[in-house]
Amino acid sequence: MLSKICKKAFTKSLWIYHCNSGACNGCDIEILNVLTPYYDVERFGMKLVASPRHADVMLISGAVTRPMLPLVKKAYAAIPEPKLVFGIGSCAIGGNCWFDTYNVTGGADKAVPVNFIVPGCPPRPEAIIYGVAVALGLANKKAAPVELKQVEFPVDMYLANKAWEERNVIYKVLND
Amino acid sequence: MWLTSKIKQVLLVLKPGVVTLKYPFEPHPVPKNFRGQPVWDHHKCIGCGGCAAHCPARTILVRDLCQDLRVMMYDGSRCTYCGRCADVCPESAITMSEQYELATNDKNDITLSMELFMLTCQRCGRCYNREKTNMIDKMGLKGFRYDNLELRAVIQKATEHFDEKMLEESDRHQRPRKIGE
Repeated sequence: MLSKICKKAFTKSLWIYHCNSGACNGCDIEILNVLTPYYDVERFGMKLVASPRHADVMLISGAVTRPMLPLVKKAYAAIPEPKLVFGIGSCAIGGNCWFDTYNVTGGADKAVPVNFIVPGCPPRPEAIIYGVAVALGLANKKAAPVELKQVEFPVDMYLANKAWEERNVIYKVLND
Repeated sequence: MWLTSKIKQVLLVLKPGVVTLKYPFEPHPVPKNFRGQPVWDHHKCIGCGGCAAHCPARTILVRDLCQDLRVMMYDGSRCTYCGRCADVCPESAITMSEQYELATNDKNDITLSMELFMLTCQRCGRCYNREKTNMIDKMGLKGFRYDNLELRAVIQKATEHFDEKMLEESDRHQRPRKIGE
């Protein structure tokens, strides 16, 4: 549904505001790399803008540190509706290895609602372009939750055993 | 004069040709030794939890539902893709794949859960030495170790009874939060 709204709202072009909220500059370099002629993302009409008031999309890179938290919220509030937020890199998504550090909020989703995430440390420029393509509906997302089981029965077996025991309790009570 | 300079520019541009990749419409291969999403092989895994002990971002969590059932959960959202889990795995059950197109709108899309059937030591319940106090020795351990004494009290030990509550909790697992929040 979100992609449909995107198609209608952002038919012409996306203007991007890049917000570094305490990143190590790895993700920032990759974001700038996306704008170079090699990975030219301006063919989709995208453009980096300096002010959040001109932007449609906010790219957040970095685990939101404590001093940056109010500033990120202000920048998000300054973007006119409709707006999209991209979390670029593992820090912005879940906080990376600083997820429980004392002066880190632990991910951009603690500060502002994040619509799309691009994992990677740092993500490849292709991965960022792919994330943008997924948001625009040009590509289908490939990631899906995985469940692996060594043997098929254990959990079901244990649940069935427990149900059987609970059922037998009635007969035990009746006998007593 | 401006026309000749323009022609010069065009000629200059024509020489290298088009360098822009047609990426989202055509696949672009990754370089050699690229580390993408880690992939688990549940047939090889022995459930030692070495990956959980060595993960810098604590993306891998170990839950013992009962004596012979262990659930390992991988939360890819904060993964660094450092490949330490693949390095430390004694059975080489983890491999770093070349998958990097992981962009989604849902965090649950990059998670993995694995049910392992365990055989435990009849004497101690677990077969892994977790009593070592030397930090350097601890780093070299291949089994699962607890971070600190507090966490050790929180993590439940293997029991004979199947813990249904724990299964529910692990299904709706949320990342650890700070105490102050």
